[in-house]
Amino acid sequence: MQGVGVGSAATGLLVGPESAEAQSNSQGNVAAFGPAAVPITLQVNGRPLKTSIEPRETLLDTLRNKFDLTGAKRVCDRGTCGACTVLIDGKVQYSCTVFAIDAQNKQIATIESLTANGKMHPIVPAFVNNDAQQCGYCTPGFVMAAKGFLDRNPNPTYDQVKDGLGGNLCRCGTYVGVRKAVLEAAKALRAANTLSGVTNA
Amino acid sequence: MNNFAYVNATTLSQATAALGKNWSEAMVLAGGTDLIGLMKDYVMSPQRLVNIKGIKELQGISKTSKGLQIGAAVTFDALAANATVRQMYPSLYEAVMGVTSPQIRNMGTVGGDLCQRPRCWYFRLGHGVLAMKDGKSLVDGGENKYHAIFPKGNAKFVSASSLGPVLVALGATIQLQSSASTREVPAADFFVAPASNEAREIALQPNELVVSINLPNPGKNATYEVRQKDALDWPLATASVNLTMKGNTVEAAKIVLGHVGPVPVDASAAAKSLVGKPISEATAMAAGEAAVAGAQPLSQNAYKIQLARVAVKRALLAAAGVKA
Amino acid sequence: MVLGKRINRLDGIPKSSGKAKYPSDVNRPGMLFGSILTCPHAHAKVKSIDTTEAAKLPGVAGIRVTSPAGAEIQWAGAEVAWIAADTEQHAIDAMRAIRVEYEVLPHFVKEERRAEAGPRARPAGEQLTGDPDDDYSKAEAKIAGYYAIPVLTHCCLEPHGAVVEWKGDKIEYWPSSQGVSVVGGDLAQQLGIPASQIHVSMDYMGGGFGSKFPSDLWGREAAQLSKGSGGRAVKMFLDRASELTIAGVRPSAYANIKVAGKKDGTITSWQSESWATGGFTGGGMPPIPYIFTNIPNKKLNHTAVSVNAGGARAWRAPNHQQACFLTFSAIEDFAAEIGMDPAEVLIKNLGYTARAPLYERQIRKAQEMANWKQLWHKRGDSGRGPVKRGLGIALSTWGGGGNLAECRIKIHPDGSVELEQGTQDLGVGTRTVVTMVAAETFGLKVTDITTKIGDNAYPFGSPSGGSTTVGGVTSSTRKAAVNALDELFQKVAPALDAPADQLEAVGGKIQVKGNPAKSITWKQACAKIGTSPIVGNGRHDPKNPMGLASQGVGGVQIADVSVDIETGVVKMNKMVAVQDCGLVVNEKTAESQVFGGIIMNICGALMEERVMDQMTGRFLNADMEFYKLAGIKDIGEIEVHMDVHPDNDKRGVIGLGEPCAISTIAAIGNAVANAIGVRVPRVPLSPDHVLTALYGEKMDQNRSRA
Repeated sequence: MQGVGVGSAATGLLVGPESAEAQSNSQGNVAAFGPAAVPITLQVNGRPLKTSIEPRETLLDTLRNKFDLTGAKRVCDRGTCGACTVLIDGKVQYSCTVFAIDAQNKQIATIESLTANGKMHPIVPAFVNNDAQQCGYCTPGFVMAAKGFLDRNPNPTYDQVKDGLGGNLCRCGTYVGVRKAVLEAAKALRAANTLSGVTNA
Repeated sequence: MNNFAYVNATTLSQATAALGKNWSEAMVLAGGTDLIGLMKDYVMSPQRLVNIKGIKELQGISKTSKGLQIGAAVTFDALAANATVRQMYPSLYEAVMGVTSPQIRNMGTVGGDLCQRPRCWYFRLGHGVLAMKDGKSLVDGGENKYHAIFPKGNAKFVSASSLGPVLVALGATIQLQSSASTREVPAADFFVAPASNEAREIALQPNELVVSINLPNPGKNATYEVRQKDALDWPLATASVNLTMKGNTVEAAKIVLGHVGPVPVDASAAAKSLVGKPISEATAMAAGEAAVAGAQPLSQNAYKIQLARVAVKRALLAAAGVKA
Repeated sequence: MVLGKRINRLDGIPKSSGKAKYPSDVNRPGMLFGSILTCPHAHAKVKSIDTTEAAKLPGVAGIRVTSPAGAEIQWAGAEVAWIAADTEQHAIDAMRAIRVEYEVLPHFVKEERRAEAGPRARPAGEQLTGDPDDDYSKAEAKIAGYYAIPVLTHCCLEPHGAVVEWKGDKIEYWPSSQGVSVVGGDLAQQLGIPASQIHVSMDYMGGGFGSKFPSDLWGREAAQLSKGSGGRAVKMFLDRASELTIAGVRPSAYANIKVAGKKDGTITSWQSESWATGGFTGGGMPPIPYIFTNIPNKKLNHTAVSVNAGGARAWRAPNHQQACFLTFSAIEDFAAEIGMDPAEVLIKNLGYTARAPLYERQIRKAQEMANWKQLWHKRGDSGRGPVKRGLGIALSTWGGGGNLAECRIKIHPDGSVELEQGTQDLGVGTRTVVTMVAAETFGLKVTDITTKIGDNAYPFGSPSGGSTTVGGVTSSTRKAAVNALDELFQKVAPALDAPADQLEAVGGKIQVKGNPAKSITWKQACAKIGTSPIVGNGRHDPKNPMGLASQGVGGVQIADVSVDIETGVVKMNKMVAVQDCGLVVNEKTAESQVFGGIIMNICGALMEERVMDQMTGRFLNADMEFYKLAGIKDIGEIEVHMDVHPDNDKRGVIGLGEPCAISTIAAIGNAVANAIGVRVPRVPLSPDHVLTALYGEKMDQNRSRA
């Protein structure tokens, strides 16, 4: 039993659908899921991943604890530092401040997607070439922020890079390398796209 | 955080039907950038969350003959990308871009910005919105450098909304809806100083949600935010202005201060003082001076008077296109 | 030749691709999650504690109380009880269901208000040299100033904590630690078991900065909860608020300082009355006057102030930022008083320092890089318009050197090379530099060496602190490699028809010295080893520091800032650093470390401070929103010149982590004073402090500042 109906006449309990993906019943009432754990399916890095979680579980904790996708880190846990950055439907977001149940039916891309299938996204070596990491704990968040930024700004200026990564913090002080890395990655991506004729949007 | 039931509303009627009689029963989940933190800190613990991001009626920005209508679930990012916003409402655009985290702009919504709770650290520690303890304000004798210089009674926090001062300056209205009725509230009336530690600082009722924002056609408008950091940071003081010009002189003006009081502060006397005058360094400075005339600083925040004053000056000069 | 080159960090790909597994990333089958009940009061006695209801909640596997009835608690955030449950949320649910009654006791948390401290302020040292009072009264020029630098918190991005799995008599321990080889022993001592039963693994860790040496209560309690649950692993990491509140801080420092001297810039006396806190136990005196230790007339007086707040831990160059800020602020004010270029005042007084020629060379280099001659102006002489630009300078010094380190290198018969050290990489590139040293010795590429660190089964590595790791581990690696290579030469000598001591390893070959014609490849050479690998051991002992390391470095930094005097907002234009660290092993990671030291202290100069509240006794900004750290756009440009110089190289590897993190705050403070014409006495240089320095506490409402 996952769903409890609520609505204009919602005093009785409705048996909810099998999965929180299904939304409403024919009475116009809308199902409520939880507070007990409910099954969910997340589209992560192009694959459907199923698990069961309480509605209060964040996307970040679900990725880390249920799917062992530990690239995204939990640092501030309040939507400030960017270490948990993932792409949701192509846009950078703080996964510590998204409920997993709310991230269903969306395409979620984590840092692990950048080295999937034996390929490496050019942002990763650009970070290494420019030594844009020290302890490395904030780095996956920066890399994903850079990915989201470059997807939208394939030809950025130096100043745009600084604005584009304003939602991430580092404690070791790797910003000098990060700025250079993003510019180098942009160059590498443009070269790759010229060759293949595709855009990176 | 406490557990809750999750409702994914796809229509307005589903959403309003799922709301409750009080905040502990149900709350609206939009971008979540504030609400989820509040819940993690047990400052708010609703039993039910109603996701409204999938409701079509709450999306979209449309230009009308009267101005611009913005859906409550429109993200900051979408707002910043809108050509009309950029061209006609630079005051709005500046406030949106003042949120310098792309992640927050992608997540945060217009309605969420208006409904977010104060960042007052006493409130966040669970001392209530008025930060009262044993009948006394913690703010007065405590750490108040980020607090109000225009307090209202015991309300000494500052409204956290980025858009609030802009909407008040532009004369916007905010459309609210419950399962029973719809009402349109002037932005200036949407923000209220709470009378009790448990009250909200907005006019929204627990059974209502914000549907849209209606912006009238603007005059020359601008926002200036004083922020310490370029990276994501809360403004220390802001000013949003909207000028109706007749040639080089001001016919009507609106000057609204942000992050200096529990509600956006409408500096109407300062605005009036500009009528019939051109905008210059001198008149802008005088308006800034007038705007802070009634300030009542706390023990650590007199510096915010200076910040508000200069924000007004700079916003006026920017709106009028006068170089400082 | 590999040493001194710009080599990419060898663990760069794992870190930048999210594959690197940090202790907080460890997931074990059936793992439990920990939570901590902390005290909300700054000073209290536990009257009663009841865990009955909490224990009944879903998923709860164990609860341990460490502050039972009667326990006195000295700061808000202190640990009271520990919970393990099947999910983190369940652990937190249980934590909140524990009922505690406190007797709330009086607290004091604002050490800057020394006068209010009462008996919490205790004399903590006096020193008198010469006759400073007489000198001050008779001096040609003198200043008296107040300077204040607050408590900071380490704010490690990976919080303190560990995963611990205690099965039978064996503990698997994954801590986020600065001391892989010793932290297991520390945990063993806490648990009263033999150290040999604890296996420590830590491939990566997310920042320590001096705060992650001990195994701490969280290590011990995770272990006990694991044992209590029949051996299920327990993941116990601090949440962000606790990380900032109880996992270490940098002490504050406040001082009334008098400096006197001659109009030609010669300083003749120093007097300081200082106080500080590092928490409940008070805080020691920073080493002032910093660097200019031989000023002839000195009077020092220090007071330690005890506050009800989380305690100090070593913070990247302990006490040096404070000492540097106090000293160079006062000297800059003295220079401004006599209308002299502060760089010239520093040079004038270098005789009071331990390394005058080095500093003079570095100051001149830094001035050139910062365009000092053109951009420096007399204090406040910054032109029209609200945005004022200014430059400031400060020096640093640090001991460094090499700590005790051991290394084992195996050369296998198939030619592969394995390097093992029980050290750790805090982000400085330890893994990379030891590999470089081995590769250099063997004439191989860094990719030919498999380096294994982060395990207490490997040869001993000291905890990483005080910029002593690279000095130690490069030295031990060098020795292990030389020893292994000597043995390889013995095996190969007959084939090359030359004595072993006439061989060398270069370019992937073993050859007769200077005769590439008489050579065999590395692989061919290793084939002659036989069946068991060559094992070379190396040890660096700081008590007998023959080898690759020595001690003592200097550096100089110049800050270039713009200050909006209408808003008090300070923006960084540029930081320039000239830094000596002895022999540079990898210029790329060395530079990164200097960038890091500077950036961390740009935060400290402009925005970071622990805000303690006397009303509630709480640390109000224990988050990452109001505990402000600079973002990527807030740091300006940074130019680093590694002071590579034959004199420095001769001294071997010394260390860099602290030296580069000392003088930034002082340099920025001086640049702001230079820009706006007045000293901002209190760090951080936030708008409230800057505007207060410009216009006074009351901010004079009737006078326009716009």
